[in-house]
This record gives sequence, C-alpha cells and structure tokens, in this order.
Amino acid sequence: MMVRGMDSNRQSERRQAPRNQLPGHLERRRNDFRVRKAPQKIYQRVRGYLSNHRDVALLSLTRLLGTPAASLMTWSVIAIALALPAGLYVFLQNAQQLSSDWDRTAQISVYTSLGLAPEKSLALSKSLKTRPDIKEVQYISPEQALSEFRSLSGFGEALEYLSENPLPAVIVVYPQTTQGSVAATEVLLEDLRAMPEVDQAELDIKWVKRLYGLMALGQRAVMILGVVLSLAVLLVIGNTVRLAIESRRAEIVVVKLVGGTDGFVRRPFLYTGIWYGIGGGVLAWVMINLVLFWLYRPVAELVSSYSSGFTLAGLDLSATLILLCLSAALGWMGAWIAVGRHLSDIEPG
Amino acid sequence: MITFDRVSKRYESGHDALNQVTFDLADGEMAFMTGHSGAGKSTLLKLIMLMDRCTRGQVVVSGQNLTRIKRRQIPYYRRNIGLVFQDHQLLFDRTVFDNVALPLVIAGAQPRDIGRRVRAALDKVGLLKKEKLNPMALSGGEQQRVGIARAVVNKPALLLADEPTGNLDPKLSSEIMQLFEHFNQVGVTVLVATHDLSLIARLNHRILTLSKGRLINDGTRYG
Ligand SMILES: Nc1ncnc2c1ncn2[C@@H]1O[C@H](COP(=O)(O)OP(=O)(O)OP(=O)(O)O)[C@@H](O)[C@H]1O
Ligand SMILES: [Mg+2]
Repeated sequence: MMVRGMDSNRQSERRQAPRNQLPGHLERRRNDFRVRKAPQKIYQRVRGYLSNHRDVALLSLTRLLGTPAASLMTWSVIAIALALPAGLYVFLQNAQQLSSDWDRTAQISVYTSLGLAPEKSLALSKSLKTRPDIKEVQYISPEQALSEFRSLSGFGEALEYLSENPLPAVIVVYPQTTQGSVAATEVLLEDLRAMPEVDQAELDIKWVKRLYGLMALGQRAVMILGVVLSLAVLLVIGNTVRLAIESRRAEIVVVKLVGGTDGFVRRPFLYTGIWYGIGGGVLAWVMINLVLFWLYRPVAELVSSYSSGFTLAGLDLSATLILLCLSAALGWMGAWIAVGRHLSDIEPG
Repeated sequence: MITFDRVSKRYESGHDALNQVTFDLADGEMAFMTGHSGAGKSTLLKLIMLMDRCTRGQVVVSGQNLTRIKRRQIPYYRRNIGLVFQDHQLLFDRTVFDNVALPLVIAGAQPRDIGRRVRAALDKVGLLKKEKLNPMALSGGEQQRVGIARAVVNKPALLLADEPTGNLDPKLSSEIMQLFEHFNQVGVTVLVATHDLSLIARLNHRILTLSKGRLINDGTRYG
C-alpha cells in the first residue's frame, strides 16, 4: 500500500515537471569532441548533400525573386551583354546560309582559243557536260557572242568594218556545287585553264570569296565580343554577389560560429550567381527571338526577290542549350570570384 | 573539459588581453567568469571557440590541443560547442524554428530529426508555441532563449555564454541562469561570462575572476 503510494507520487512528480527535465535525447550528450565530419553511410551523405543543394538553390532563387526590381535590372544587364554576341552569331548563321545559296549560282566563263574550229569548241562543250563536277553548260558561238556584244556595247557600226569575227566561242560552265564548295570549284577552274583548247577561264567568285572573308571576320568578332562581354558578365555578377555577401555579413558570422564549413557558407552565393546567369541567359534568348520575330517579314520580303528556300533561322536547340549553360557557368564563375575575395574577410571575432 | 595552461593573448595593437591564465574546468562542471569591462572575458571565450588563437601557452578542450586544430577542422570542432551571445545573434530573415534548426542543417541532419530536435530544444526554453514567429516579434528575454535553444539543439558537450543576461531584467536573468543550471545538471559543461555579480552570488558555482587579463581569483565566491 505504502509502496504503491510512493510509486504513484513519483509518477505524478515526473508528469508535473517536464519543464525541468531535459527531453530524453538532450540527456545523451556527446562526450567526444569531433573535428571531422560525422561518419555517415554513403547514401545518407549523398542524399543529405543533394537535398541541401536543392534547398539552397531554391532559397537563393526565392531571395532573388523577393527583390524583383533589383534582380530584373541585373538580369537585363547580363541579358544585353549575352544577347550581343549571341545575336551576331545568329546573324552570321543566317548570312552563311544565304551565301551558300548564292554559292550554288557561281558560274565559270570559259573562253576557247581564238583559232579553234567551231565544231571543236562545240565538242569541248559536250565533253565538259559529261564531267561529274559540272552541272550544266551553255555554249555561246562566236556569232552569238558578237551579236550580243553588238547590241550591248553600242559599237555596232564600228564592228561592221571588221573583216572577221574577233570573238572566241564561250562556254558558260555551271559547277556541280554542294554546300560551300568554293575549293572544289577552284579545282575545276584550274582544270579548265589547263586545257589546250581553252584560252581563259574566269570564275565569277571574287565577291563570294569576299563575303566568306567578311564572315570569317564576323566569326572573329563574335569570339572577341563574346569574350569581352563574358568578362563584363563576370564582373557584373561578381559585384552583385559581393553586395549580397556584404548584406548577409551577420548571417555568415553566425553560420561560421555554429560550425558552417566554407563550402556551406559559399553555396548560397554560388547558387545566386548561377541564377543570375541563367536568368540573364533566358532573357537574352527572349531578346534575340523578339528581334528575329520583328525582322522576319522584312527579311522574307527582301530575300524572296533573290533566292527561294531561305528563311530566317533563330537559335536552334543546341545553340539555346549552349547559351543557357554558358550563362549559368558565367554566373557560377562570377560568384566564385566574389566569394573567393570577400568571404574569407568575414570571420567571427 | 577545458584546460588553460599559462595562456597569454596579445593583440596586434600590443595590448595583453590575457596574461598567463591557468585553470581547469572539469567535465560536467559549471563556472562563471567575471571581471571588469576589458578584463579579457570575451577574449578567453574566443580562444575556446577558435575565433582567435592564443599567442602563448596552450588551450586544451576535451583532449584536443587547439593549436593542433587546422583551419579546415574548425567548423567541425565548433559543432561540439554551444555558444550564447549577449545580443543573441538571431537571424531576422527566418522563423524561430529555422533559427534554432541552423546548427542541425549545417551538420547535415535528417529533416525528420531536425523537426524533432528543434521542438525539443524550444520546448526546453518554453517557446514551443512561438516556433513559426519571426524572432523580431519576440521580447528580449524570449530572443535570448531562442539563442539558447539554438546553442543546445546540437547536444553540445560544452556550453559557453558571453554575458547572456546583459540586456535582461533581474527576473529574466535568473530564469536564464536556471536554464543553464538545468543543462549542467544533465552533464553539459557550462562556462558563463557575466558582469552580474549579485546574480551569481546567489548561485553556488565556481567563479573565475579576471582582472586586466590575469586570473586573480578562482573559487566559489567572488573576490
Ligand atoms: N580585436 C582586438 N584587437 C585589439 N584589442 C582587442 C581586441 N579585442 C579585444 N581587445 C582588447 O582586449 C581587452 C580585453 O577585451 P575583452 O573583450 O576580452 O574584454 P571583456 O572582459 O569581454 O570586456 P567586456 O566586459 O566589456 O565585454 C580589452 O582591453 C580590449 O580593448
Ligand atoms: Mg566581453
């Protein structure tokens, strides 16, 4: 009886005093001081790591969206810097496609030797036509050439006094060109020039070459512009992340004091950089496509007068992916620069 | 738990904040540290937290000679110690719950454990109902208790406090000290730096007295 009473007494004491008693798990305090990561199973570590990354990534994004005006400003600056080289790249891609259309219309004028008998030049024209690298030939007899010349030049009367036709037969050769085969065409040209019946062969290709030269220059420009503006993006993101670090100084100190590693402290800022980069990349993509949309009709009208199959091309899937990956990488790198320079300055104490 | 062996700390300014300080704090002991402003109390705690290194002597904490702990290991070392500040150092961009959870998140605890442990710590300081609030919405005493919950949530073997009652009235101060005593009763080693002599006089614990960087008294009474 007495024993039971004491027992129930104790129990009620325990029930009344949870406030004064530490919850069970707090009583099991750790005696050993660890200066290393707690040992964990690999899958636990990987899962913890991934979920931490996901949380941090989301939190950083939420923070950026929490200050929409400031973030949009930064994104726009980055977008403009990315859209310039990317837009120039798109322009070049289109120019290349257009010029390869024109390339196909390249033609070679073959002037036969003056003394060559008409049937021989006709035979030459026929044999040329069988060559695989020639698509089409057009034979212009000396008479045709003369009459053409007469009507075009205005020397008509003077030509009446000539005792014989001074013009050779001309064979216009249309090379079998596949895309961008200027080199192959040049080989054909050399072949034609080497023929004994041929006096001269001229490729009307100088301007195509010039265009290609210009485009090579354009590609260099894309590279240079890309590098310079990437640097600008790095600086913009680096500076923005530096400000973010400054404004979270108190938090960094606390995190370090309760045992946050450098990696843990760094992570949200790296994600901030990545989000700035990706946001800028997306906005750049939108800008380029808006400009293309706006240019689509005028370009279509302009081009329809020359060539048929051409349509204005935008950024294809792989180019889009490259743009986004590159912008994310730039954001990450810019953040790294800022973090490397400024995070170690912030130490508790 | 803590051993100071002729520890001196000279700041770059040439000022000797600590001078030949030697003492031992046993595992599971509770002690107060007091002394005039500028006596070196915060400096001593900073040495234990590895926020700074001593210039002479050696500090050994739980068998670890602190001079041998590399920079990379410091975060893991600090996870063993709970630290309570005078100005509580809470983060106002997140809830009470998230403030207390921070050490667990940093240590990579499982989300299930985090919820359980945070609530247990908040329950202990009597703030379970306020977990969803922003710490800004709490009183000074409540904020300090959130800071204490954060310091103990990780089950540290050692609890340090630098003037934890500096901004509180006597009643709240003695409540806070009672909390520390409770943690001590379950085996946590506790070291509290404080100015509040009348408060610690009423509690029967060891008192370390610093003056101008020297340990001038070590006993259960101030003087
Ligand atoms: N980073 C520093 N550089 C130079 N001197 C410092 C630094 N930190 C502290 N001191 C000096 O060291 C001495 C001890 O400072 P400490 O903060 O440890 O004193 P305290 O006992 O905590 O004082 P209080 O009660 O006012 O908090 C003081 O004279 C202070 O000016
Ligand atoms: Mg101090």
